[in-house]
Amino acid sequence: MIVRLQTEPFEPGALLTDFCRGRSETGAVVSFTGIARASAGATQALELEAYPGFTDAEIGRIAEAARTRFGLDDLMIAHRIGRIAPGEAIVFVATAAAHRREAFEAADHLMDYLKSRAPFWKKEHGPDGARWIEPTARDLADAERWD
Amino acid sequence: MARVLLFGRLADIAGWRERRLDSLPARLSSLKALIAADDPRLAEALAAPGVQAAVDKTLVRGDMALAAGMEIAFLPPMSGG
Repeated sequence: MIVRLQTEPFEPGALLTDFCRGRSETGAVVSFTGIARASAGATQALELEAYPGFTDAEIGRIAEAARTRFGLDDLMIAHRIGRIAPGEAIVFVATAAAHRREAFEAADHLMDYLKSRAPFWKKEHGPDGARWIEPTARDLADAERWD
Repeated sequence: MARVLLFGRLADIAGWRERRLDSLPARLSSLKALIAADDPRLAEALAAPGVQAAVDKTLVRGDMALAAGMEIAFLPPMSGG
């Protein structure tokens, strides 16, 4: 299981290739890549702040719980921190399980957690300056589906 | 040496993200009062709903006793990624 926070851009295809390698008992791998949106020019960059040692530990705890809950063989989470330009991948989640249903559900669950409850602080830089963003009602409702 | 960390909007309001203190007050509530003593905007932001504290990278609820060398972080509502 890998949980990684990084300031450098990553290439989701390469992460998926590595994640799939050498699996003979895994029947299903599901991956999700989130990409920073420009929102028609309203967002020039996202800035994501984490608390090193706390943010990764909290995400690791949720990842471990998800591995048990969905009976996963393995999972991987890579998350950008720092300044992220539109078009760049911001998050990558991959789940591996014997069968597809568990892999799909675990990836969905992990993304709902990461989008609304993970300890990040997100700032949006736009033409009119910067503002701090909080989860949308939709993000919060999505996360509640798993409680 | 103790460390006090601010994140997100709290750091922007205060104009600092990290402070080192030779000694800590006895309780978390007194530390909050101390760091915001000369900054009413920070005092207001720290009292806002949803602001949490972590001591040595563990979330804590309510007031608690502090000891030398601890790392205390004040965390505004988390946004997710």
